[in-house]
Order: sequence, then structure tokens, then C-alpha cells
Amino acid sequence: MTPFRYARATDVTDAVRLADGGARYLGGGTNLVDLMRETIERPAALVDVSGLPATIEAHDGGLLIGAAVRNTALAEHPAVRARYPVLARAILAGASAQIRNMATVGGNLLQRTRCAYFYDEEGSRCNKRVPGQGCDAIDGFNRIHAILGASPACVATHPSDMCVALAALDAIVHLHGPDGTRTVALTDFHTLPGERPDIETVLAPGELITALALPASPLAARSTYRKVRDRASYAFALVSVAAAIDLEDGIVRDVRLALGGVAHKPWRATKAETALRNGPATEAAFRAAAELELADAAPLAGNGFKVELARRAIVATLGELTGETA
Amino acid sequence: MAIEINGSQVPVPDDPRVSLLDLLRESLHLTGTKKGCNQGACGACTVLVDGERIVSCLALAVQYEGRSITTIEGLSDGDALHPLQQAFIDHDGFQCGYCTPGQICSAIGMAAELRRGLPSHVTGDLTAERVPFSRVELQERMSGNLCCCGAHNGIIDAITETFGEVAA
Repeated sequence: MTPFRYARATDVTDAVRLADGGARYLGGGTNLVDLMRETIERPAALVDVSGLPATIEAHDGGLLIGAAVRNTALAEHPAVRARYPVLARAILAGASAQIRNMATVGGNLLQRTRCAYFYDEEGSRCNKRVPGQGCDAIDGFNRIHAILGASPACVATHPSDMCVALAALDAIVHLHGPDGTRTVALTDFHTLPGERPDIETVLAPGELITALALPASPLAARSTYRKVRDRASYAFALVSVAAAIDLEDGIVRDVRLALGGVAHKPWRATKAETALRNGPATEAAFRAAAELELADAAPLAGNGFKVELARRAIVATLGELTGETA
Repeated sequence: MAIEINGSQVPVPDDPRVSLLDLLRESLHLTGTKKGCNQGACGACTVLVDGERIVSCLALAVQYEGRSITTIEGLSDGDALHPLQQAFIDHDGFQCGYCTPGQICSAIGMAAELRRGLPSHVTGDLTAERVPFSRVELQERMSGNLCCCGAHNGIIDAITETFGEVAA
């Protein structure tokens, strides 16, 4: 690990001042400490924001979640369990209990890909690590990589489960930086790789995630998260589906759908949503919507199975929520 | 600037790079806590912080100033073992023993999670106040602790004997 300066922030203003536009913010450390040990990340300074207020409050009919709230605490909160089950289920499907106890909500958004070529500093080329170097994943072992929204520069996926649920729930990210505060929709917070896969979010230098807002959602009470992975527990998603649905007399009044494990960011399936809205809640309709969303999928040599897996996972998840079993 | 470790006040290391795991093993010679993967994947380094289980390999020690850490060395009362330690012996909950301190600390943290009704990935009703205590729940909740000898059946039996009444 490269030497660094360490400072603990007492509040948000203090954190932004201490970071001075250059330091990395430290939450639970579950990803950043690992990346620093591997020397993939070499920050000159860390500003510890893990002790900032970690509250979950009622907010405009929804919830305002402090960025320092631990993953476990968010999944455990009674309002999340009752009103946003997709979020509780997504969090509980991720990592291990020990890591969920450490990891913060803000840090979860800033997780970096688990692409093995990104981690292999000595042996592999990676445009995310060294812009312009090349990508060894595109022609390498790419079973876990992206099928949607990738570029010739990068085929990595975003590893978070929680963010997939947040994308489906229209969550808003609250930011505080040297130039003041702003909010960004979760679906706009992460970026597609394009020619600059080293840039993963719209965060400006020195900007800190301070909170997440969950809007009131009449759909979210009927929502769930399905994760398909190589092991029954404690593994990253090959494909995951976050879904919420408002059903009336067998008709889909409204729907939210997002996919994990398939792209550089949590993938909000807007094409499928549009196809489903005001249509019948039938397995045939679910399949047609899934096929529409996946029509642009561009699988690599090793991950063609993900297209069919995503299609089936979407159909099964919507079937589970509506009683239309596949 | 101190961390409480098994009841003793220990100075926070000067170098912020020192992990809680290395502080325990290298500085304090509390070698019961084991270094397996050193990247949060195996759970061998699990300790309790104010009663909550974490992996000490991904914890920078400096972040834990003012917190209370319990390691495997802090569980027994002299020669009197913690009931879960005795149950691991009675049920052959280990073979080589390398993962055992992490398994035991993890299970104690898990029991506290069950007591307060924290659901898991396999819990059917998220809003239920009491979580059903089952083998499937234990397998899911202990999945962050790998045992390469394959002693999982003994581990589950030992935890069930010790904490089976917790959520029943």
C-alpha cells in the first residue's frame, strides 16, 4: 500500500474542506482498502467520512438515507423492508454479513468493477486503470462481462446489487462539493464506458455523496430482486433483476425494471418498461418486453449465455411479482 | 487515541496503512485471528466491533479509534470456554482449525443479528419480527466464512446447539 495522509471529517463541510479537491473519501473501506493494497488505487490522502451522521429520515413521502448508513442498517430499516422490499432484498443478496456491516451506502455507489484484468496490474492491459493502454478482457476470459452499453475500450460491469434496486426506484443522489450542493438521478450518476472507462461517475473532483433520496413509490411495495450467480451465496451477479409493478385487473398500470451484471452501470430497462405499461401481465408480454430490451445486446465470446439468462430472469421475476409463473 | 481490544486500551498505530488484522497479529501478538485471503473473501479474520461482525483485513485500524474489539482470545473466561467454543469441539466443527476463530466470532455476531430480527437473503417474509431459525438461514448467514476442510456440517450443528433457541 502506498503511503497516504489520513484525516477524519467531523461533518460534510469539514470533509469537503479536508479533501481539498484531491483526497479520496473513505467509507467502510471494503473496496477501497483492497484496491489500495493491490496498488490499483494510490490516493495521496484519505478523508474518513465513515463517522458522519448515518440517519434514515422521512422525506417528501419517501426516505432520505445518509451516505454513511451501513448496508446492513439500510436493509434492516422497517420502512425499507415494508415499502421498498426490492432494496432490502438487493442489499441482502450482496457480499457477506461482515462486509454489509462495514460498507456504507455512499461507498456502495462507488464500488469498482471486479474485472480480473482491471485487478491484474502487472500482467494485463486495462483502459480503466491506464487510459489508452488497451483491454485484455475483450478477447480474454469475458464470461462475467457486459452485454449492454459496452465500448471497444471497456466491457467491465458494475458490481453493485444495491444500485440496481436504486435504479429501479428512481433514487436521487445528493452531492456536496467545493462549488456547493446538487442532486443527480441514480440512473445518471454512473456512466457508460465510451472512450473513457476510467471515468465511472459524474462526480466532480472533491465532490462527496451525502445522501440518497428514495421518492414515494406506490409501486415499490410490490417489488423484488432476483440474483443469478455461480454460487448460492456470496458471489457477484451474473445477471440480476430489480422489478416493481403496479397491477390492476391483470393489466400493468406501471412498472420499474433494472438489470445488474450486464453493463458498466446499473441498467434501467426503459424499453421493456414502455412495452409493458398498460399491457397484460402475461408471460408472453414479459418475454416480449425482455426481448425488446435485449435486442441491442452485444455478447462477447464468453458471455453469450447472459442474454438468454437475462431474458429468463426478467420473465421469472415479473412472473413472481404478478403470479404469472413461467 | 486508543482502541479497546478484549478490554485493554491499545494505542492507534501511527501508520494509517496498518489494518486492524495486522495490528492484532503483528503488534499485539493476538494470533488467534487468522489472515486467510487478506481481501475480504474468506472470513478467517472476522472479529466483533461493539458486538457486530466485520472482516479485520479490510479495516484500517485508525478507523476504529474509540471502538471496542473482541477477538477469539476475548471470548473465554480464563480456561472456561465460551459455549460456542465447547460446541465446536463437541460437534467436530473444524479439522485444521484455521477458519475456526473467524467462524466462532462470526456466529456470535450472527446470533445478535437473529435476536434483533435482521432478515437474510433467504428470509421469506421481510417484515416478520422474528426470523425462523433453520439450517438454510444458517448456511446463508455464515456464507462469509469459508472452511476449506469442509467441516460445515459440524459448524452448523455447533451453532444450532448454542444459539438454536435465539430466534425459535
